[in-house]
Amino acid sequence: MSIAALGMEGGGDGFVAPDASIFWEPVIGSGATAITRPVILLVISAALVAWFLLATTKRRALVPGKGQMMTESVYGLVRNSIAKDIIGSHDFMRFVPLLFTMFLLILVNNLFGVIPPFNYPTMSRIGFPVALALTVWVIFHIVGMKKHGFIGYWKSLVPSGLPKPMIPAIFVLELITDLFTRPVTLGLRLFGNMFAGHILMALFISGGWYMLQAGGILPVAGVVTWAFAIIMTLFELLVEFLQAYVFTLLSALYIAGAVADSH
Amino acid sequence: MTGNIAILGYGLSAIGPGIGVGLIFAAYINGVARQPEARGMLQPIAFLGMAITEALAIFGIALAFVFKV
Repeated sequence: MSIAALGMEGGGDGFVAPDASIFWEPVIGSGATAITRPVILLVISAALVAWFLLATTKRRALVPGKGQMMTESVYGLVRNSIAKDIIGSHDFMRFVPLLFTMFLLILVNNLFGVIPPFNYPTMSRIGFPVALALTVWVIFHIVGMKKHGFIGYWKSLVPSGLPKPMIPAIFVLELITDLFTRPVTLGLRLFGNMFAGHILMALFISGGWYMLQAGGILPVAGVVTWAFAIIMTLFELLVEFLQAYVFTLLSALYIAGAVADSH
Repeated sequence: MTGNIAILGYGLSAIGPGIGVGLIFAAYINGVARQPEARGMLQPIAFLGMAITEALAIFGIALAFVFKV
C-alpha cells in the first residue's frame, strides 16, 4: 500500500480519508479472476504453519525444546481449554484437529495485519471468513444429524419441558439462530474486526502524514496522531489474537450444542 | 455536508450491544471473583452470550455497507 494509494499526496484538495477501496490489491491479472494480495498471503500462511508444525514436532523430546514448547502450549490451549472444556471429555478428540487448524490459520492470517512485510489482514476480505464460517456451519449440522438422526436433530433444537403452546414459536426462533444468525455472525465478526482495525490504522497513519506536511501548528497534531497509530497497532495485536480465540471458541460451542445429549 | 447516513445507523446499532456486552462481562467477572473455580463453567456461557448480543452490532456494520447510497 503506497502513500499515493491511500489518497493523500498532499495536494490542495484537503485530506481524503481511506475507504474500503484500499483493500482491493490485485497482484496478477485484474477483475474477478485476479490473484490478489490476500490470496497470496493465505498460501504463505498455510505453508508457514505447516512448516512450523512439522519442524517443531519432527524430533520430539520428552524435555521439549523452544519450538516444541511453543507448539505444545498452543495445542494445549486449543485441546484443553477450548475443546475439552466445552465439547466434553467424551468425544472432543475428533474435533481437535479442526479447531487447532482453524485457530492457527486465523491467528497467523490476523497477525499478518501488523507484521511488516505482509501488513494486510487476510480476513478483512469477506470471502475468507465466509469460507471458514461455512465449514463450521456444515460440520456442526452434520455431526448433530449423525448423533440424533435427521428428524431428531431438528427436534433437539427445542429444549424439553416447555409448555405446548410455546413450542412452535421457540422452534422458529431456534431455527433462525441455527440456520442464519450463527454462521452469519461467526463470519462477519471476524471480518468486521479485521476490516475496521485495518482501516482505523490506515486512517491514523495517513491522517498523521497529511498533518505533518501541512503548515502551522498541524505537524504537532500529526506526531500525536502517529503516536496513536502505534497504540492502535498494539491494540490490534490484542484484537487479532482475541478474534482467533473467539472464532475457535464459538465453533467449539456450536459443535458442542449439536452433539450434546439433551439440548 | 456530504457523507453517508449509514454510518449514523451503525453508531445507533452499536449502543445496545455495547451495553449488553458490558453487562455480560461484568456478571462474568463478578461470578469468577466470587467463585474462582467456576471459571471453566462460566466462560463458555459468557462467550455465547457475547456472541448473541454482538450479533446486532455486526448486522449493523454489514447493513451500513449494504445500504450505501
